[in-house]
Amino acid sequence: MIEIILHALILTGMMIAAILVFNFKDLVSAAVAFGLFSFLLAIEFYLLQAPDVAIAEAAIGAGLTTAAFMIAIRGTTKKEGDEA
Amino acid sequence: MQMSSIVKTTADVLFPFILIYGFYIIIHGHLTPGGGFQGGAILASGVLLLLLAYKYAESTNVVRQVVMKSLESTGLLLFIIAALSAMMLGAGFFFNWLSPGGILFGDIVAYGSGTANLNTGGLIPIMNIAVGIEVVGAISVILLALLSGIKEKI
Repeated sequence: MIEIILHALILTGMMIAAILVFNFKDLVSAAVAFGLFSFLLAIEFYLLQAPDVAIAEAAIGAGLTTAAFMIAIRGTTKKEGDEA
Repeated sequence: MQMSSIVKTTADVLFPFILIYGFYIIIHGHLTPGGGFQGGAILASGVLLLLLAYKYAESTNVVRQVVMKSLESTGLLLFIIAALSAMMLGAGFFFNWLSPGGILFGDIVAYGSGTANLNTGGLIPIMNIAVGIEVVGAISVILLALLSGIKEKI
């Protein structure tokens, strides 16, 4: 029972994070929401008893990809859609 | 963009712990979840912490691109030498000739449950170490190349 509740909570959080990534106009906020999505996905992998994939997802998805997005945003504009 | 001293101090304090955790994940790759790729990614996230906390010119004094490129090549060379060493002994590609009975990682795995022995596995821990060295070099080179394109602004 507790597992079903945890799965429901984490999947709901993932859906909310994905919708936030889609809706944010500020690119830094969108990158942070994507990091939250990856973190929740790592917890979901762990609950589904795949700790190997969970470690890789936590390191690559939540850590390195978010930072790569941050570096890319630093080189371009902060908002979606505006020129220069 | 100059980071505050809070960020710099946190990066300095956390960096050795992240390194230790990455090495732990790599060296226990044949016993616990994780392995070369995961540990190498954790090590690279430690390098990334330094790169983000300090300015580009300051951090490249510590994290040099030449060193990271040579780490990547060293990992690949170690991997292919470990794989070909079995062929030199007359067995197949990547035959695990070190286990059991080799000088390194050569213990026989005990039957049944209990605490795991780190000194087992033969070529598998060596392959994990090679993959870990390769991954930390490759990801650091990618991040350095990303950062070098915008170095005038930070």
